Amino acid sequence: MEEIKLMKGNEAIAHAAIRCGCDGYFGYPITPQSEVMETLMKEKPWETTGMVVLQAESELAAINMVYGGAGCGKKVFTSSSSPGVSLKQEGISYIACAELPCLIVNVMRGGPGLGTIQPSQADYFQAVKGGGHGDYRLIVLAPSSVQEMADFTVLAFDLAFKYNTPSMLLADGIIGQMMEKVVLPPFVPRRTDEEVRNQCPWATTGKVGRKSNVITSLALEAEVMQETNLRLQRKYAQIVEHEVRFEEVQCDDADYILVAFGSCARIGEKVVELARNEGIKLGLLRPITLWPFPTKEIQRLAKQVKGFMSLELSVGQMVEDVRLAVNGLVPVEFYGRQGGVVPLAEETLVALKQKLVK
Amino acid sequence: MTAKDIIKPENLVYTKTKIMTDTPMHYCPGCSHGVIHKLISEAIEEMGIQDKTIGVAPVGCAVFAYNYIDIDFQEAAHGRAPAIATAIKRLQPDKCVFTYQGDGDLAAIGTAETIHACNRGENIAIFFVNNAIYGMTGGQMAPTTLEGMKTATCPYGRNTDLYGFPLKISNLLAELDGTCYVTRQSVHKVANIVRAKKAIKKALQNSMDGKGTSVVEFVSTCNSGWKMSPHKANLWMEENMFAKYPLGDLKDTEKKHYEK
Amino acid sequence: MKTEIIIAGFGGQGVLSMGKILAYAGLLQGKEITWMPAYGPEQRGGTANVTVILSDERISSPILQQFDIVVVLNQPSMDKFEPRVKAGGILLYDSNGMTRKPKRKDISVYRIDATDMATEMNAPKTFNMLVLGGLLTVAPVVAVEDVMSGLKKTLPERHHHLLPANEAALRKGMEIIEKEN
Repeated sequence: MEEIKLMKGNEAIAHAAIRCGCDGYFGYPITPQSEVMETLMKEKPWETTGMVVLQAESELAAINMVYGGAGCGKKVFTSSSSPGVSLKQEGISYIACAELPCLIVNVMRGGPGLGTIQPSQADYFQAVKGGGHGDYRLIVLAPSSVQEMADFTVLAFDLAFKYNTPSMLLADGIIGQMMEKVVLPPFVPRRTDEEVRNQCPWATTGKVGRKSNVITSLALEAEVMQETNLRLQRKYAQIVEHEVRFEEVQCDDADYILVAFGSCARIGEKVVELARNEGIKLGLLRPITLWPFPTKEIQRLAKQVKGFMSLELSVGQMVEDVRLAVNGLVPVEFYGRQGGVVPLAEETLVALKQKLVK
Repeated sequence: MTAKDIIKPENLVYTKTKIMTDTPMHYCPGCSHGVIHKLISEAIEEMGIQDKTIGVAPVGCAVFAYNYIDIDFQEAAHGRAPAIATAIKRLQPDKCVFTYQGDGDLAAIGTAETIHACNRGENIAIFFVNNAIYGMTGGQMAPTTLEGMKTATCPYGRNTDLYGFPLKISNLLAELDGTCYVTRQSVHKVANIVRAKKAIKKALQNSMDGKGTSVVEFVSTCNSGWKMSPHKANLWMEENMFAKYPLGDLKDTEKKHYEK
Repeated sequence: MKTEIIIAGFGGQGVLSMGKILAYAGLLQGKEITWMPAYGPEQRGGTANVTVILSDERISSPILQQFDIVVVLNQPSMDKFEPRVKAGGILLYDSNGMTRKPKRKDISVYRIDATDMATEMNAPKTFNMLVLGGLLTVAPVVAVEDVMSGLKKTLPERHHHLLPANEAALRKGMEIIEKEN
């Protein structure tokens, strides 16, 4: 029988990583996600699975360790929170261009600047539009429960290796810090050296019976760099085609749709409940992949509802993507709280009625 | 003896190591990088570790090191090579891992990565080419630029009151408990080249043996950046660079006594 | 069936661990659980609170406006959370250091002199178990046996010799809880 455990979202990430055959973790402490590394250190996976866990001297070093490990075809990840993820952006851009599979976890807190340690979703743009330099994308998954922190850790690695591209788990302080029931993924052994070489023939595993492998993001000739860009875009088109994920709650008969991800989607479920109690036919669309965004589904819903409202822990970022998808067909409103303040379901319903339900 | 006789295999007195590719080098005539690349390649061949060695290239003139040395390579962001090498070695402990870095890469933007990799005693070799200038970007001031030395960003000479002092980073790294071998070499004369190659081999062997971090600094010229002929640059280096960065071992934990 | 609880007091009063014990007990009873702390190192010495939701169905928002049960262990928490007890809900408070009594008449109010009792029992660290005992008397949301199992789970093994003292405090808390309204 599956064992049900009670743990924090941050802890679930660590346990899931060990269980899915992760080879290495490199991180730097920052609230509210330090439990990821603390749990790994406590579990000592180097004694069981052989996984490497290292506290780096900075987020810069950590993301570059991830680059180095991923360049060896290894299953590696790092975790941080908003200010730390800003520091990692240089490395993320390099990793995306070098087409290395890896996982970056951002347990968001309120910004800008040093900000607060309280939950936020204001790194949406940074995550889905490409926070570093150049034209690149990350596969961005938004867990909304502790169970999904575990499940999406495994999924994010799978997608990263499927497309040789970095993926990101975009959570926030609520999902990271709360404890819920979780069924951890089954144990999968780490890949053998031979399996790594077969899965990642491009990796720097030592030049044996082949030409040398070079991991790089450099191409001084503009035409070559343009081809790199076009290759990336072809890959991204495949991801958009095949990897969109979302969840709907009572959207079938809905007059209005609340769009929310992560912790806000949990609040959104309660808003739906409260609205339905008052006879307002509200549904919830929860993007699970923030990139690729469920644009087509929103376009479909736009033809049958009277309006959308985006609920976010920011001044309104995802709402822009909702508007792009709806493209003026029906009104798209926004409600949110900022800087670590979390909106309550009750106040959200009031806003919904004021802005949308006429 | 005719030319036909000369090129017979039995008359060959020198062949290029197979670890070096046939790609024409982009380095300026007189540059030290070519010699250092060759020494590293020869060391890899003689040690029989081409299949085990993974290099990390820097941002700087040696950014294309992977085009010349025929082993698996990773190209690092500016200054981050020691972090990348850390992960490569930790995740593949049976490999020989080295970084190849310039003075700006290692001693300015990558200071934190350098010091902490050395302090953790990562089992990697760090090859550090110190020519006291940023070569690739057109000759700007480096952390190791000598006092009074003119560069594009200190055209009237490095004023230590304004821009600080030439950084003797290898001395600093020798102080760290994680380093096992720190040495300063040059490649401007045959005798120096012989010694430099020994140092390279020792550093690579230390990586294989897991003895800690090895740092081999190559005090080098940048005749283009220094705006000198190669010969004059060598003389200038001997007179000025060696005074600030004297050659020799700074640390060797295998030997009981070493100069600090 | 869903019970939404908040426990609030000073950092160091065992607020978070009380919530954890409840959550583990809920786990043993097969319930859905969300344990949501007001988190961060700055909570030390300041106010601390934890939301615990026990439910037979999927739990939506972990951030709540109103609660079925509110446990307040200092005056600032009383001021903040008394207005947020659902009508007909339960407010439980420790009288120590309180400058006023609860005002609401549409809720059940219980007082437990747990600080005094913990001092009397010379076991200040069992304070939160006294409160928990009182809570379970007025709102048996989980079984006492499961609470003890939950405590065993949350307590590091080196502290397991403290289990009997904690159970004694839990039982004592059940005796000394008093209904005020």
